[in-house]
Amino acid sequence: MAPVMDSDLVRQDAATLAAAMRAGEVTSVEVTQACLDRIEAVDDRVHAFLYVDRQSALDTAASIDARRAAGEELGPLAGVPLALKDVFTMHGVPTTCGSRILEGWRPPYDSTVVERLRAADVVILGKTNMDEFAMGSSTEHSGYGPTRNPWDLERIPGGSGGGSSAALAAFEAPLAMGTDTGGSIRQPAAVTGTVGVKPTYGGVSRYGLVALASSLDQAGPCARSVMDAALLHAAIAGHDPRDSTSIDAPVPDVVSAARNADIRGMRIGLVRELGGEGYQDGVRQRFDEAVAILGDLGAEVTEVSCPHFDYALGAYYLILPSEASSNLARFDGMRYGLRAGDNGNASVEEVMSQTREVGFGGEVKRRIMLGTYALSSGYYDAYYGQAQKVRTLIARDFTAAFEQVDVLISPTTPTTAFRLGEKIDDPLAMYLNDIATIPVNLAGNCAMSVPVGLSPADGLPVGLQIMAPALGDDRLYRVGAALEAALIDRWGHALIEEVPAL
Amino acid sequence: MNTRQAIARMDFAKALESFEPVLGLETHVELGTASKMFCSCATEFGGEPNTQVCPVCLGLPGSLPVVNAVAVESTIRMGLALHCDIASWCRFARKNYFYPDMPKDYQISQYDEPLCFDGYLDVVVATDDGPREFRVEIERVHMEEDTGKLTHTGGETGRIHGADYSLVDYNRAGIPLIEKVTKPIVGTGALAPEVARAYVTELRDLMRALGVSDVRMDQGSLRCDVNVSLAPPGEPWGTRSETKNVNSLRSVERAVHFEIERQAAVLSDGERVVQETRHFHEDTGETTPGRSKEHAEDYRYFPEPDLVPVAPSEAWIAELRGTLPEVPSVRRARLRDEWGISDLDMQTLVNAEALDLVESTIAEGVDQSAARKWWTGEFTRIANEQGRALDELGITPAHIGRVEALIAEGALTDKLARQVFEGIIAGEGDVDAVVADRGLVVVGDDSTLMAAIEQALADQPDVAEKIRGGKVQAAGAIVGAVMKATKGQADAAKVRSLLLAHLGVEG
Repeated sequence: MAPVMDSDLVRQDAATLAAAMRAGEVTSVEVTQACLDRIEAVDDRVHAFLYVDRQSALDTAASIDARRAAGEELGPLAGVPLALKDVFTMHGVPTTCGSRILEGWRPPYDSTVVERLRAADVVILGKTNMDEFAMGSSTEHSGYGPTRNPWDLERIPGGSGGGSSAALAAFEAPLAMGTDTGGSIRQPAAVTGTVGVKPTYGGVSRYGLVALASSLDQAGPCARSVMDAALLHAAIAGHDPRDSTSIDAPVPDVVSAARNADIRGMRIGLVRELGGEGYQDGVRQRFDEAVAILGDLGAEVTEVSCPHFDYALGAYYLILPSEASSNLARFDGMRYGLRAGDNGNASVEEVMSQTREVGFGGEVKRRIMLGTYALSSGYYDAYYGQAQKVRTLIARDFTAAFEQVDVLISPTTPTTAFRLGEKIDDPLAMYLNDIATIPVNLAGNCAMSVPVGLSPADGLPVGLQIMAPALGDDRLYRVGAALEAALIDRWGHALIEEVPAL
Repeated sequence: MNTRQAIARMDFAKALESFEPVLGLETHVELGTASKMFCSCATEFGGEPNTQVCPVCLGLPGSLPVVNAVAVESTIRMGLALHCDIASWCRFARKNYFYPDMPKDYQISQYDEPLCFDGYLDVVVATDDGPREFRVEIERVHMEEDTGKLTHTGGETGRIHGADYSLVDYNRAGIPLIEKVTKPIVGTGALAPEVARAYVTELRDLMRALGVSDVRMDQGSLRCDVNVSLAPPGEPWGTRSETKNVNSLRSVERAVHFEIERQAAVLSDGERVVQETRHFHEDTGETTPGRSKEHAEDYRYFPEPDLVPVAPSEAWIAELRGTLPEVPSVRRARLRDEWGISDLDMQTLVNAEALDLVESTIAEGVDQSAARKWWTGEFTRIANEQGRALDELGITPAHIGRVEALIAEGALTDKLARQVFEGIIAGEGDVDAVVADRGLVVVGDDSTLMAAIEQALADQPDVAEKIRGGKVQAAGAIVGAVMKATKGQADAAKVRSLLLAHLGVEG
């Protein structure tokens, strides 16, 4: 392998960087420094990061280099920098979840994901921006200002994990961590031309992931290539006794699947309910081309119906707010984070109320109100109870579909990245962004978004979603890697190379 | 200042002429597990505030609960001992409400899917016509986590309203609780207070026998909510009051008694009983209104999504069934017969919380009457004086066994034995150490005693004359003098017989 040029370092993917470090061509300190310099150079425009700890990142990198120099055998991602969504706790490092209510809080413990990243010798650069408590599809609901899409700084980078997707597309970090409750990994990946995976529910520990909706939340990898996502997936996944909902089963071999990338004979189902009305022509066009490629690669593509997906959005916006209203109750100003109105005379109720009034943004309040209402006595059966039934029906649709096909596919999002401010006053329009990604969260299975080109209408990235059954995560990587390779073959380069210079 | 109005009451007997009480009892018991319900923090009582905490029981963002398997096991055993059905599949639920003693502002509890349900507990109360048995039906037994402990500083009532500030200790937060709820208890009539007390007593004994909790009411490890309603016989049940956190057996009885008298007065005046939470006052034996429950709080229960369902296998339940101890009431009847004592004697032991201690003492070879005498007499008196529990005095059944052996040898008298125990309680060591250090030896040597007797007679010649003249009762003065001279270490009966023999007088 030719030596990697310093100026190119930030544009390399994680697997390439890791190989170069193993070969002694570059050090982790050099790679980390390059990322930090890039952040320094572009992040005032992108605003992907809420917090960067230069010294800690460089120290970690130096110690990894020292261990490597001493002959220690290190893991496949050792020394590679990563951007961490600000929803994961990290000991002593500010964790805000994009909310003013957590301003100043430094958790006294590491999330399991952070523990595993440390164990894999991944270098954590800092914390990335997000919609407040992961509620949103644009990062415009962050309490610290929006993140911008590197493809077009007037556009949103997706959400809630827009900070992580933008950090990848702006070449500030080769890897990032996200969380996906209704599409918060996949939708940002789709609109930034990057790869994002929502693993099977229970595949990655939720311990230390600040909860939005416990039964839907799942942490997953964000990267610029399918193989990088697989390497990160393998590093963070696996059973954790501290998360009761964590699956105690072997992690599917996602890295081999990404390497294998052979989809001959695979049965792929197009979901009839995802892709019709409301999907932009440009999105449709790139999606259809990708479907044709999958056929060319030897897959058997058929159409499959999942009739209850039409009710997914409605059920989701009852279950999510219900769980969120309870999960977010603890932010009351009593123990950590913001405390407002404590003037020495105010009662505890007044301080709690005032703290929540000034600490939470509008979208968070809206969902807390919705959830509180949906769980109220007399309404529970009609709302929360009914939504759980829909959830069961959606899971059955998946089960039935996976009896006919190995994976399902759809466009990841109905549209490409919209303009900042375009949907901020129209919650329903904002919610519709997640129409194709939500069913997977409700059913608990897994999905990936891979870039399939730029929409001819606006020159912005389009994502294709691959969905597989629970614990069938490896299938995502087989299909994703095959498609990615075919597209690179066609274009002569990866789509991410087309991001305009910042 | 709290100017409490006198609460109108109707005489208890009169109240029962017009009304039938219906009881409902909810008891919360802290399980004696080594770690908390959903994390591995210690549960020990009395630690420095906020030292037995972690991200989970502090409810820090991102933390997740994991169920304590021993707590589930204890709850199932409790349920089986109460003849309950055990759910083959059940979930935890979140009970949502804001309060600073709750780290997450919701409590993980169980709602419509309790682990154990539909059981009963038979209790016996003494009546003028002999013992009477009542079957208390159990609605449910479920698991939940305790809250933190608030201390309100400033203000006059010790309650949150009016306090200057409040301190929170989260050591208690997350300690496993089991809640047991009875079905409405009817048909107790005037025995309602005694039935309530007997139920809580029996429950406590059962939990101790199961070894699932030490059940220390004084440390709050057993708390009782007492629901009472009244209605004229044959009428539909009345509106109930809920007296919270009644924390001693006697208070349970008093609270029921008071509520019957209070509600009877309210109803007789043509008023209606308000559905409300009430507080019990240990000092006056009265209850006063707390929160009104007319607008029932909406806890927005929903299944806890952070936990997987509890699904005990039939094999495990069968295995746990095999670990159940003898039911306390059966055990009491057995011991009563073995020891040949009366129901009243047994009741005395139970009331003094001395049954286990007496049984262990008898196992040390001590005669049952001596064992009972020590524990319910001398030791109970000292324990009450010192405000300690019997088993905290430092006296063990083995100590009593040793002392009784020394008495049988004639090496100690009853009076000296008391001094031995006094020394043990004072921390001076075991029986032999106290005997040696305090020089507690019976003066049994006849010549020593005779010398003392002759000295006493010489000191009190007039008394000596009286005795010689046949006034045997005057011997007491001389015996007393001898006992004093020997610092109480002589056997008084022996002194007396030596004295009378010496003077040639028939005793």
